[in-house]
Amino acid sequence: MLEKIKLLIDYYEEVLSMPHRQEIARELRNEDDVFLLLLYSEMIGIPNPVYYYTLELYPYMIEKFHDWHLRMGMEKSPLSGIRCC
Amino acid sequence: MSGIIVALIGMVVFALGYRYYSKFVAERIFRLDPNYVTPAHRYKDGVDFVPTNKFVLWGHHFTSVAGAAPILGPAIAVYWGWLPAFLWVILGTVFAAGVHDFGTLVLSVRNKGQSVGTLAHRLIGQRAKILFLFIILILVLMVNAVFAWVISNLFISYPASVLPVFVQIPLAIWIGYAAYKRSKKMLIPSLLALGVMYLTAIIASRVDFLQIDLVSYFGGEGAAGLFGLGATSSAFLIWIIVLMVYVYIASTLPVWKLLQPRDFINSHQLVVGLGILYLGLLFLNPEMTAPITNANPDTPWLPLLFITIACGAISGFHGLVSSGTSSKQLNKETDARFVGYFGAVGEGILALVSIIAVATFFANSDEFFATYSSFTDANGAGLGVFIEGAANLASGIAIPPDIATTIVSIIVVSFAATTLDTSVRLMRYIIAELGVEYKVPALTKTHVATTVAVVSSAALVLLPEGPKGFGSGGYQLWPLFGTANQLLAGISLLLIAVWLRRQGRNYAVVLIPMIFLMFMTLYAMFQQVIFEWSWFGTGSNTLLFVLGAIIFVFAVWIILTAFSVLTESKNTTIDDEDRK
Repeated sequence: MLEKIKLLIDYYEEVLSMPHRQEIARELRNEDDVFLLLLYSEMIGIPNPVYYYTLELYPYMIEKFHDWHLRMGMEKSPLSGIRCC
Repeated sequence: MSGIIVALIGMVVFALGYRYYSKFVAERIFRLDPNYVTPAHRYKDGVDFVPTNKFVLWGHHFTSVAGAAPILGPAIAVYWGWLPAFLWVILGTVFAAGVHDFGTLVLSVRNKGQSVGTLAHRLIGQRAKILFLFIILILVLMVNAVFAWVISNLFISYPASVLPVFVQIPLAIWIGYAAYKRSKKMLIPSLLALGVMYLTAIIASRVDFLQIDLVSYFGGEGAAGLFGLGATSSAFLIWIIVLMVYVYIASTLPVWKLLQPRDFINSHQLVVGLGILYLGLLFLNPEMTAPITNANPDTPWLPLLFITIACGAISGFHGLVSSGTSSKQLNKETDARFVGYFGAVGEGILALVSIIAVATFFANSDEFFATYSSFTDANGAGLGVFIEGAANLASGIAIPPDIATTIVSIIVVSFAATTLDTSVRLMRYIIAELGVEYKVPALTKTHVATTVAVVSSAALVLLPEGPKGFGSGGYQLWPLFGTANQLLAGISLLLIAVWLRRQGRNYAVVLIPMIFLMFMTLYAMFQQVIFEWSWFGTGSNTLLFVLGAIIFVFAVWIILTAFSVLTESKNTTIDDEDRK
């Protein structure tokens, strides 16, 4: 019985927290997008004095970049500088 | 006949519809494939595209679509007797709403999770998209006006509900803060918020000075109010202005600050409300005292019944939710049947209890005819009767009637207020989008678009003159709201039909409800516009005439588009591009 009530409470939390989690994730993602833009502004033509250093992060961001362009509705990578697919 | 039996018959039909009809549609028509990679998996991003358990998704889908409209429509339609309303709700849910909600979900899942608006553009063309935008614009404008009227009317009729409703606002902001900034568990804060609201309701029901009764502040119904208006008119004016200021602020705030936590409290209220009503029904076992059919209505049930009950039988708004959010979170394609079809059934259950609450309220049929003496009276009185009827059912589980009345009116007002907030927000987006389309950059600014939305809605709700004077005639817009909603459903059904046709499948299951809906909408608008609202009609009204005529033209437009798209040569079969 106790198990069932626990399951019910879990279900409840899940239903109600879903849209909230979504909003938090959206805000985080927006911040991330701005951050990426700052790091790789050179690629869209905005001079960036620390580009040399941010380029070291390149291997870590390829996967994220791939997700980003899919999210934006582009099947293939729009930038020739980043070849993810 | 006992109310329990009516509810049971309804439930059995819903269960059979889900068990057999939705299975048939899922397997033979939509041919759901458990191995299909849904957009939630394909475009998984942890934000919009998130594979979600079907029960959780259903819970979310249902709480998004259920609101005040499935309560108000049936409460008015009982005017023609409870049987026609009952039949339309159960048959509409099984054969129209279920297929519509389920179909838009599948259609969107098979098309990268795109929304109905985008799909209209892709499947039919640019014109369809503009038509779609305009119909939504009219729909949200109606929603704003009707719900502003509903809330003002309830504030005036049930002054005890004012304070608890305003208490909900800081509570919602607090919950939003608790949930986001500290990511706490939700159960305790929500129960606390609900407890505080209902406690305020109980106190306000019993303590007179906590009831904010504007009409009595002016000195009662006959007294003079502001600007030479009567007391009731002034009360309407003040409430509508207060509401419009509120929605202006609410709809420009970020979603998570107020709208979402309000929605969140409302989903608890939905469960509490449905629980109270069905439990009360079970313990009270009331008789259906309203007549089965109304032998001498002053307005014929055909075709108005089918637009008076929109939400609860079929509603285009569900397609926006199905294709807008739910389709991006569907874990397996076969879950669509449960989420979509059963979501419509949930709304049907809400409409059903609304019919029962109204039909069991009266002592006998004479009393019924005194309240529902004409269709216009039914429009004005429907919601009030629902609240009294619901309080009557609540007495079955020993809740005193005055407190039950306040609580039920709070539930209805909260639903209406959230809907108002959402629809002003939507209207703002649409105005901005039209601004882009027609190159009017000023319209794309948040505050300009919101001002346009709020002012036009306020103008619309204040213009129709009702029996209680200025601002009290907002309910006259209800048939227009119903038609706009049905038109939207018509477009969605058309899109599903086009898609099915291009897959080479049998599309009769969506075509028949679509033809039925379009026919009823055209018929109703023709009748209302020509014989009722035109300058030689019985209730001549320029505003309603113009709006009705616009909707009529849109309906004709949709039918022509449907005809041309569905009769074009069959060579255009396109493959499921996502199946690759």
